[in-house]
Parts: sequence; structure tokens; C-alpha cells
Amino acid sequence: MTSGVKLPLGTALLDAILGYVVVFIGLGLLMAVIMLVGKIMVAKAKQEAAAAVVSKPAIPEPAPVPKKLAPGSAGELKLYDTDPRDAAMIMAIVANKLQKPLNELRFKSIKEVK
Amino acid sequence: MLNSLASLVTESGFAGVLAAGGYKNLIMIIIACVLLYLGIKKQYEPLLMVGIAVGCLLSNISYFEGLPAELNASNALYHPELWADFLNEASPYAHNYGRIMSQGGLIDILYIGVKAGIYPCLIFIGIGAMTDFGPLISNPSSLLLGAAAQFGVFFAFMGANLLGFTGNQAASIGIIGGADGPTAILTTTRLAPELLGPIAVAAYSYMALIPMIQPPIMRALTTEEERKVKMTQLREVTKTEKILFPIIVTIFVVLLLPSTAPLIGCLMFGNLLKETGVTERLSDVAQNALMNIVTLFLGISVGATMIGSNFINLQTIYIVVLGLIAFSFSTIGGLLVAKLMYKLSGGKINPLIGSAGVSAVPMAARVSQREGQKANPSNFLLMHAMGPNVAGVIGSAIAAGFLLSVFG
Repeated sequence: MTSGVKLPLGTALLDAILGYVVVFIGLGLLMAVIMLVGKIMVAKAKQEAAAAVVSKPAIPEPAPVPKKLAPGSAGELKLYDTDPRDAAMIMAIVANKLQKPLNELRFKSIKEVK
Repeated sequence: MLNSLASLVTESGFAGVLAAGGYKNLIMIIIACVLLYLGIKKQYEPLLMVGIAVGCLLSNISYFEGLPAELNASNALYHPELWADFLNEASPYAHNYGRIMSQGGLIDILYIGVKAGIYPCLIFIGIGAMTDFGPLISNPSSLLLGAAAQFGVFFAFMGANLLGFTGNQAASIGIIGGADGPTAILTTTRLAPELLGPIAVAAYSYMALIPMIQPPIMRALTTEEERKVKMTQLREVTKTEKILFPIIVTIFVVLLLPSTAPLIGCLMFGNLLKETGVTERLSDVAQNALMNIVTLFLGISVGATMIGSNFINLQTIYIVVLGLIAFSFSTIGGLLVAKLMYKLSGGKINPLIGSAGVSAVPMAARVSQREGQKANPSNFLLMHAMGPNVAGVIGSAIAAGFLLSVFG
């Protein structure tokens, strides 16, 4: 038993070309549709993200937590009529005289005595 | 007593092998054993190959041309003469399932599922439920590679015409190049059922041989520099997109080519079950129980069509050769378009993903990954290749739909 009839070569060639073209057109159009849907989805996601950013300031921000001081530090050194370079030199000399590492000493303020 | 012994001897299968044309059964028994070896030992598509081999074995040890018709009628599991009448428009039994049900053997009844196109479609539901179309949705240009890799279908179709096959037969042989078993079976059942055995065996054998067929072609058609290309990460696909995808594809493709409705409709139905998230039980059944049961029936009933008198001829050899040509040219088509995309994208696309456009999922994508990593060990092409790979499933369904609408 044989199904169908033999095709002339020209007809077979035309069918083959047409078939390949149909597959390309079908999948090409499908590609365009999927790209379009993808673009819509990406745009929607961006919009939602932007909306989330805009609505964020409505929530009161928590008060800033003060920074924890490094161990051994007395916080900010206050200088009165003293140049920072001179203050650095004074602290280094004191540390040297006391034979103590500088980070174990606490300097609260340096004031020039006139 | 002697009469009983004599009838036992003359009615046995051994007498059938020794009768006229019995050598063909013997050859088919050997072929069935070779297929069993390939399926079990070499693991070539074992889930189907073992079933096909057993079907082939059962039909060739229970039906013998040389034995009296009444013996075949009562003993055979598959009756080719019933199906010849079923397909013969001039016969009073044309398209008569009732006769098959009343006079057929076990495999004749199982074969109704193939003939009516039920099994391939049910398998497509399972494939859909197991497929992640995410890589394709994130990179829709993969669809072009899936289209390009159908080149072998139409090349082999031309080759089969040149070798003297009819249009219907050539279309069925060509679809082997789609590298999609259920599609090949559905198309052949509709267009040239007499070729179902060799076409199914060729399609599944070559699918199993993809890791051997594709790499030499891939290396021949690409340069070292092209193979080293690392592709950028794919964008994340939303759940909404994954749900919309099967719906869009079904509506769009079936409206474009209505003959694709059974394949595309079932493939996308299975995928929708997976992606909705509300039909997990159905998705689970489609992926496992349904898929396994249908695979069992499909394998054994397709294998049974490999009756010696139908199978051993020059046509089978032509089909095996044309099948290999179809697979090779599908790979070439995918690679060439991927090379074009490499040039047009300024070197951003690795041409190796083009060969994955043949729809053997996920084996073809794995081959792309392996070849890419051979050229550049830090290269990961698997997810990029999965896009063309699943596009190939849709592409081969469209190619089959076209052939069915022209020759069906």
C-alpha cells in the first residue's frame, strides 16, 4: 500500500520552500508578539517599582542611630586656638613620654595657654 | 495423540519461521534484539526503544506470512491485513474500528491510539508540563533559530521526492528532521501509515545519537573565536508572562495554521497546567503517570508495525539514510542562522546555540553547552540554548502542520 501520489520535482521544490518560509513567518510573528508582551511586562514592572519609590517617603524615617564610638576614643577632640598639626604633634609627644600607645589615651581638649 | 503433536508442530512459530517468507521474521527478531541492546545497554532513548523493540519482537513471533490465515487471525497480537483493509478506501472495512476491536489482537487495540492520533497528543501534554519556556520568553529571537533548524525537514522532503517516494511519504520522512518523536509519529500516521515503523525507529535512534551527530558539524561550521563567546545573563521572566505564553502561542499559532491544533494545543495545555500554579495535581499526572502510560502503549504499538514483510525492503534503508540527512541539515540550518545572528549582534550571540534549534529537548541544548565549554571552560550556554531548543518543538509542530495541511 502506498499513500499519496508522486510529485513533480518543481512542485516538491516549491512546497519545500513554501513550508520553510511558513515556519519562519509563523515563528517570526510569534517572536514579535512575545517581544511586545515582554516589553509591556517590563514597562509595567518598572512603573510598579517607581510607584513604590514615590510612596516610600510617606513612611517616617527612623531617627538616625548615633555611631558607636571606637573603644579608647573620647569622641571629638576639641581644639582651642590650636592648629590641628600642632595638636597631632602634642598628642604624639605625650604618648611617647608616657610610653603608652596613642589609641589608649583620651584627649578631651587642647588649649593654647597664653 | 500423534495428530495433536503434528498440529502442535505445524501451528508453532518455528513452523512459521521455516515457512515461505519466514526468514523475514527471523531478521526482524534479530533487529528487535539489537534494538533491545541499544535501549538497555547503550541507553538510546530507552523509555521508547525498549517498548518499540518488544512490540517488534511480539508481532514477529506471532504473525507469519507463510502460515494459514486462520492461524494468524487467532494467534497474532498485531494483524497488518486488518489495518490494510482499514486504510483501503475500496474495502468494506475502510475506517472500521469495530472490526479491529472484534477481530484484532492486543496490540491492534492499543494501536488504535496511534491511528487516531491520541498518543502523540497525550505525550505532548506531558512534554508541555515538563518544559520551561522561560529562556525562550526572555530571549524571543531564539524562535528564529527554532525555525532555521527545520531546514532538514524540507531538505529531506526534497531528497525523498528525488528517490521516488510519494508526496505523503516524503513529508513523513522529512519530519524526522524535526527531531521530535510524537510529531513524526502523528504526521506519519496521518500521511503514510505504511512507513510508521521505520520512521519511528529512525527518529528515535537519531535523537539518541544527537551527541554523536551534532558536534562534528558544529565544529566544522564555527570558528574557535565564535565558540568562545560568552553570552550575557537572561532577564528574569515574570509568572504572568509564563502563564500568558501558552495562551498566546495557542491562539496565535492555531489561528495561523489550524492543522497544528492537536500538537500545539496539547503542548501548550500541558505547559499551562505547569505554570498556573493552581493545577499542580494535573501537572503532576501529565508529567509522570500519563506520560509513562502513554509512552508504554506508544512504544509497543509502533514497534508492532515493524512486521518483516513490510519492513525489510529498500525503502527502509532509504528512510534511515534520509533521516540522518534530515538531522544533519537541521543542525546546519540552525548553526548558519545563529552565525548570522552572531555577526548582526556584534559577536554577542554564540553560534553554538543554533544547533539546539532541533527540538530534541534537552539533549541538543546539552550538546551546545558541552561544545561551548570545550572552547571556553567558563562558558555556560545551557540556558541560552534551551531557548532555541524549546522553540524547535514549536517549529517542528508548525512544519508538521504545514505538511499535514498540504498533503493530509
